[in-house]
Amino acid sequence: MTSHAERSASAKRGRIDIQNLHIRLGHGKEAFEAVQNVSISIQPGEFVCLIGPSGCGKSTLLGALAGHLHPTGGGIQLDSQPLDGPHPERGLVFQQHTLFPWKKTLDNIAFGLKMKGIPRRERHRRANEMLELVGLAGFEQHYPFQLSGGMQQRVEIARVLINHPRVMLMDEPFGALDAQTRMMMQQLLLDIWERIKTTIVFVTHDIDEALFLADRILVMSPRPGRIIEEISLDFPRPREAELVTSSQFARLKRRCLELLHQPGSGFPLQRLSPLGSVPKNDSLRAEA
Amino acid sequence: MSSLTEAAPVSTERIRLLRFGSARLLLRASSIAVCLLAWHLASTTQMDLGVVTFRNVPAPLEVLAAGWELFRSQVLLSHLTASLSRVFCGFLIAAIVGVALGLVIGRLRIAEDTLMPPLEILRPIPAVAWIPLSILMFPSSEFSMIFITFTGALFPILLNTIHGVETIDARLIASARSLGSGPLAIFTEVILPAAAPSIFTGLSIGMGTAWFCLVTAEMISGQFGIGYYTWASYTIQNYADIVVGMLLIGLLGMGSSMAVRKLGNALMPWQASGAKK
Repeated sequence: MTSHAERSASAKRGRIDIQNLHIRLGHGKEAFEAVQNVSISIQPGEFVCLIGPSGCGKSTLLGALAGHLHPTGGGIQLDSQPLDGPHPERGLVFQQHTLFPWKKTLDNIAFGLKMKGIPRRERHRRANEMLELVGLAGFEQHYPFQLSGGMQQRVEIARVLINHPRVMLMDEPFGALDAQTRMMMQQLLLDIWERIKTTIVFVTHDIDEALFLADRILVMSPRPGRIIEEISLDFPRPREAELVTSSQFARLKRRCLELLHQPGSGFPLQRLSPLGSVPKNDSLRAEA
Repeated sequence: MSSLTEAAPVSTERIRLLRFGSARLLLRASSIAVCLLAWHLASTTQMDLGVVTFRNVPAPLEVLAAGWELFRSQVLLSHLTASLSRVFCGFLIAAIVGVALGLVIGRLRIAEDTLMPPLEILRPIPAVAWIPLSILMFPSSEFSMIFITFTGALFPILLNTIHGVETIDARLIASARSLGSGPLAIFTEVILPAAAPSIFTGLSIGMGTAWFCLVTAEMISGQFGIGYYTWASYTIQNYADIVVGMLLIGLLGMGSSMAVRKLGNALMPWQASGAKK
């Protein structure tokens, strides 16, 4: 296996620079600062986890990286280019239920290629490769409702990866899965990541998950969200399930718990989404 | 031995399910039978409850005889084709207008603010109130009748389409944009299929309400149509024929609504509930 340094050297694309980022959400009296003065640099091919208490703005930050939310101050650059709205180079994976229910697995995965105008035969060929990569060969003709939660998230990941994104943005992608499936998916994600070397920004509230996956953990404060701590993890890769029982792991977990349960953090706030402060099922209506 | 005991619960379960299925069918059939029987008793005994009397209500057997008479005559086909073509024309135009308007109103706030106020005022106006104007506005009575069935079908289709578009999960649209969709692709690949179940609910209800307005529409008619037949039977005091016309409208309305629903289910195999039912 290649070390992290080698991987960074070979994959030159996917560097993220965030400078003094501010994001306000809501309108009028309801408005509040969700992200406050955040500056981060993420290396190409790095796996970064964002953790923080509920409603702290970690999903908001992810939404800004995806291009669905606009900063009120500061800026984000991907490979020295400022962001301009959503783009397939910055793939976004939600927690659940965002596959197109009316498309079969293969067509869900091939969607990005269809948007690029690639002919049907070719996009199905590449979608089949992706299906293989996420271990779902044989489920080409299934509709999302016929797949389990874990399978649906595999399709989500394949659908994003088919565009060869420079960055994969993941918003608690395994948060709705049962513990066992979640561990399986974490392992699968690491396997895929070792092969495709894309930058990953992964939001989670599960400390174990963050410690198991990441090269680096960024801990955010309660609202307004600021980065209060950076923890670099040098656990060797490939990582095995036994890692979570090591003393080093336990020590870092304690450190994270202390940071997340500071006095005065108060009640958990309403969860935010990468699309802003609206509840998930609200409509996204085009403003005229 | 063990295989037998294991197999037993499965087969009894299956029998129970089968019985359950046919039991439901039987229950539904007997519900109609009970209604017919109650109608028969009420009309043959000339039941009089003070506020409502069955003295002039024809009995089921008289209606059956009148129906048979109509069935054997050559006019039934003319009545049917006249009504069916009116209902389907009105429905089709309402479907096109309702879905198109609904998509635009559901998607654009400016369209909602400019189009909804007049539509909200027109919505409560009953079909019968449209009769004079529709006679004045259209060159032929055929157009007037189609227009009246159109007004009946339009609003359920329009409102369900708007609802379907407004309740689309914002994350689906965001996902499509992140995967490289422009505005046109968002519309054809996300908005339309996501709103489709709601649109078909509207179409199914709209088909029913188009039939609902048929008698009103065909009051204008001079010759043919089930609604005309029903209305004309009243004016010539042919009471059994009224009920024949009413039942025909009910059956045709139910059948065409069901056909729309079936078409929707066939076009939307991804609907989990539809697949399970």
